[in-house]
Amino acid sequence: MTKDDVKNIVLEIIEEIAPDEDLTDVKPDVRLRDQLDLDSMDFLDIVMELRKQHGIEVPEEEYQELASLDSSASYLLPKFNT
Amino acid sequence: MDALEGRHFDAVIIGAGMSGLAAGIRLAHFGKSVLILERHNVVGGLNSYYSFDARKFDVGLHAVTNWVPHGTKGTPLAKICRQLRISRDELGLAPQKHGSRVAFPGTDLRFSNDFQLLRDEVRDTFPDQIDSFDCLAEFVRGYNPFDDELKIENARPVLEKFITNPLLREMILCPLMYYGSARAGDMDLDQFVILFRSLYLEGFGRPYEGVRRILRLLQKRFKSLGGERKMKCGVSKIVVTDGKVKALSLDDGQTVTADIVFSSIGLVETARLCSDHPADAIEDDIGKITYVETITVLNRQPADFGWDDTIVFFSNQEKFFYDCPEELVDTSGGILCFPNNYAYDEGAQLDEGFLRITALANYSSWAGMPEEKYLGQKAVWTDRLLEGALHILPSVDRIELERSTLATDMFTPRTVKKYTGHLAGAIYGSHQKMRSGNTHLENLFLCGTDQGFLGITGAMLSGISMANRYGLSSS
Repeated sequence: MTKDDVKNIVLEIIEEIAPDEDLTDVKPDVRLRDQLDLDSMDFLDIVMELRKQHGIEVPEEEYQELASLDSSASYLLPKFNT
Repeated sequence: MDALEGRHFDAVIIGAGMSGLAAGIRLAHFGKSVLILERHNVVGGLNSYYSFDARKFDVGLHAVTNWVPHGTKGTPLAKICRQLRISRDELGLAPQKHGSRVAFPGTDLRFSNDFQLLRDEVRDTFPDQIDSFDCLAEFVRGYNPFDDELKIENARPVLEKFITNPLLREMILCPLMYYGSARAGDMDLDQFVILFRSLYLEGFGRPYEGVRRILRLLQKRFKSLGGERKMKCGVSKIVVTDGKVKALSLDDGQTVTADIVFSSIGLVETARLCSDHPADAIEDDIGKITYVETITVLNRQPADFGWDDTIVFFSNQEKFFYDCPEELVDTSGGILCFPNNYAYDEGAQLDEGFLRITALANYSSWAGMPEEKYLGQKAVWTDRLLEGALHILPSVDRIELERSTLATDMFTPRTVKKYTGHLAGAIYGSHQKMRSGNTHLENLFLCGTDQGFLGITGAMLSGISMANRYGLSSS
């Protein structure tokens, strides 16, 4: 599992959660909320889909780690690789 | 039929209405075992349907509010679609065709799914109020009605700060109260903001097939996620121990348990089910606002009569009446609805014409009426409501209307109580709302009308948010 794999997983989840969003030009280093119409309900769903689909837990205090694709990849990679 | 006796679920939901189904979908989607229990043999609750004379009628659905053009993001409708993982298309909402109208003595204000129309009407009819009206719209846009820290405020005093013309105030407030306020005379400010957005800033839509389309969609989604639903299976007791729901006793004597219970049947109704409350608990919190509604089936499109409005909110007096009437029915105002007047796909039209008339009513008088009077009174008031409607609508005389009428039906507050269980037929529930959804029990939560979100859109959002907050939050 590489960081790029993780980014793709997160993008796939966003696609399921928000199929009305255009994901073609998402910049990995920019906050997702600044590029896409995602609110706290959507972020909660990202966290819950990570748990549901990949068994990964993200505690509430660490939600901000998912702010961008880059930060998500850094944060989630070790969790995927355990 | 599978026995429920002794089964345990992650979540049990009381009531298969819009909020219950939506909550069920959220919980089941994330792997919770969910049971929805419904006393009636039809889903939908306050937004259900019934058959009469080989026709299916919607109860409650005049319009689905919060209609926005396809692709609009960040709105309640978009939120519902995302959260329930359904698409706009699946809801099949056709927008209102020409628009709707507020009709007061000597003055009409039209409004449509384009807010500009209402703004133009206000500018043309109340030119000295247009700046204030713009400020009011700005205020509404900036106000977050879902903020937990909000203190409860009344709408009228705030509205008075913006709109100084009393007639305009009444006309703005009238549709919002009817859609709806659980209180007499005024409404909560957060409800005002929510409904101003739902009706004016956004708009009306309706599926061609009516409410059944939405209900079928929700049921199908819930079932596909492994959710279980038992019909003709009401809860007769919420067994309480140590401040928690210990078990649910069903009407047929079976018992089920759950980690968490959501109840959509109403604040008072839920309290009365709890074993630690008397059967007549919190009588004062029972809602006092209820309605009658007549449905007239026509052998032509309403547009053939020149009836182009989708919904007309009318009052025959400048300060509209909104309370429990002393008479059986209040005829000084009400709602006229034409389900035909939506822009259905490819110019499709409903097979028959429909005129629905809704008016405020007195529950105790209807409920207390001897059986032999009931049918007669329904006929009397149907007649009066039709007379009243013809004064508001472009000229068609009574004879012509009669000749075109294929069938009529009327439901009363008694009907609402009978089929939904909502006490006093209070379609907007108790005047006491529990916005947090909390109850006196640690694992029992309210959703639906008495959690504070009304209508089809509101109820779905309520189910979603309560499920998210209490059923899915990371423990």
